[in-house]
Amino acid sequence: MSPLLLSCYTATTTLGHGLDATLAGLRDGRSGLKPCDFETVDLDTWIGEVTAVDAQKLPKSLTRYDCRNNRLAQLALEQDGFASRVRAAIARYGKTRVGIFLGTSTAGILQTEQAYRRRDPVSGALPEDFIYRTTHNAFSVAEFTRDYFALEGPALAISTACSSSAKVFAAAARQLALGTIDAAIVGGVDSLCLTTLHGFASLQLTSSAPCRPYDATRNGISVGEGAAFALLERLPADTPSGAVLLLGTGESSDAYHMSSPHPEGLGARLAMEAALRSAGLQTGDIDYINLHGTATPANDAAEGKAVAALFGNRVPCSSIKGATGHTLGAAGAVEAIVCALALTHDLLPGSPNTETPDPAIPIDYLLKSRPAKVRHALTNSFGFGGSNCSLVFGVAP
Amino acid sequence: MTPTPLTAWIEGIGLLAPGLPDWASACTILRGAAPYTAAPSILPVPTILPPAERRRASRLVKLTLAIGLETAANAGADVSQLATVFAASGADGHNCHALCEQLASADRQVSPTRFHNSVHNAGAGYWGIATQSMAPSQVIGAFDAGFGAGLLDTLGQVIVDRQATMLVAYDSEYPEPLFSKRDTPDCAGLGLLLTPEKTGRSVARITVTPSTDAAEKMADAGLENLRTSIPALRCLPLLQKLARGEYGPVCIDYLPPMQLCIDLQPC
Repeated sequence: MSPLLLSCYTATTTLGHGLDATLAGLRDGRSGLKPCDFETVDLDTWIGEVTAVDAQKLPKSLTRYDCRNNRLAQLALEQDGFASRVRAAIARYGKTRVGIFLGTSTAGILQTEQAYRRRDPVSGALPEDFIYRTTHNAFSVAEFTRDYFALEGPALAISTACSSSAKVFAAAARQLALGTIDAAIVGGVDSLCLTTLHGFASLQLTSSAPCRPYDATRNGISVGEGAAFALLERLPADTPSGAVLLLGTGESSDAYHMSSPHPEGLGARLAMEAALRSAGLQTGDIDYINLHGTATPANDAAEGKAVAALFGNRVPCSSIKGATGHTLGAAGAVEAIVCALALTHDLLPGSPNTETPDPAIPIDYLLKSRPAKVRHALTNSFGFGGSNCSLVFGVAP
Repeated sequence: MTPTPLTAWIEGIGLLAPGLPDWASACTILRGAAPYTAAPSILPVPTILPPAERRRASRLVKLTLAIGLETAANAGADVSQLATVFAASGADGHNCHALCEQLASADRQVSPTRFHNSVHNAGAGYWGIATQSMAPSQVIGAFDAGFGAGLLDTLGQVIVDRQATMLVAYDSEYPEPLFSKRDTPDCAGLGLLLTPEKTGRSVARITVTPSTDAAEKMADAGLENLRTSIPALRCLPLLQKLARGEYGPVCIDYLPPMQLCIDLQPC
């Protein structure tokens, strides 16, 4: 593919609001996880909650979108001057020429979960104030963002579970290549809800301790929430040296099981190979791999096999989910931004909570953050239903 | 930059909608050779799935498998190699209702199967398992604009990635009480297999351009009701032209104020 410019980007997770907090958290190896005290959930697990989400007030004209997911979206859009950079792009290109591509797994389903607790005891009806379209529906975060910026161009949500907001980069890149748009708001937003906390618990995939990706004793995930956005544009003639570029995207399917990865990591390997091919790079060109690294025994083993088969143990790898929790449909975009920070701040992020890397996975797994020159970074995102996506980022020479 | 013309060739079509059980019988009705009679959608048993998965297959999984398999069969395509785009307004409504009901009760231990079937990409996941396809599969949600959003991404894969790609645009109903908040009446959807080059199997050529024109409506009241009440069927005017062997532009609802004008031409 033709490289694309990330002309602006931002991330908000339990590590903090915006890039400075995220970078400081990664450098310090800080974990934002805490014992689960979310809503009325009573589960023995840890979560990554973003602070001050419910303090967000949506603009009066957009109150129909009010739900935890869209509050988190707005909170994140307003960090690092992202919203004003978007508005400048809209002024430059026109309101039909900036597309929206956002990933989410559960969008505002919390709103429906709560509405079900307020059903009319006689009729069973949901409360009057519950609006399905602009809160629960997968598209609600994309429609909210489109209305937030008064855009009139293409928009979509991608919902492929935990690969959602990696795949948005591929979808946006295709439309930029076609010329249907001149810029794309890409990103992912997923917020805590009962469906994912109880659902992952029912699959026995949540840990009762803070998650420990790739640790020999890992035993499950910590569910987190987060939002990350990037503005993608075709490369201008005067691309500044050091600017972050999207170089390649690779997508594949496992064709194996709805909730278990292909045991040999075959789908994962196909996605990484496709991303390298798309970027025109070899395995030896990659300086850092941001692993999907959820901390379930099966996921890390499968991904580890695929990474070891392709890269051996030559490339430093880490997972940040011990810091942020698994932000599910937002994880792809959050970790794309982590790659951007690695590339622009000479940082190899470590893996908080992980103490003893699994000796059965022969890769160079980083426990502590350390400085290093990173020219090309690859990030993996794999979701339920066997949906895989890998992305390659680099910097302009 | 000068935009690339969004041109592709249709190689296969599939359809499953209330009163329109498959593309062949829909053609007869859309041509006007038989009247349209409203009837609940008939969802075939997904014999392609292994027995365990077949027993658990939801209405949505039956729907998407039926549409995908019919589209691929009409194109003579190898399902194990096809890139796919699944576009829908929502995920499995009945499953979602059961989950939310359980989470509102004192016993919140949800079934693992219910949870993994709750993902928006359940249809795509079962498609991959059933066809053994490891090709990329995109899953799009765009509320009422699912068909248009799915078509644009499919064209992206066809034109940019130069690969045959099958779009399955579909919707399914929620039970009450969610039905009162989202009144999609039944399962329905369509499949289009698009290719980057004309082949011996090509049916027609399409070129898509953004527009602000009003969408074309269906003359038959029953079919117009399908077009407006089931988002994926916003494309019925295009399917009618294909069924009748007519050509020219047809405007389809997308995302207000943006519409999609689809120019249909013979091969």
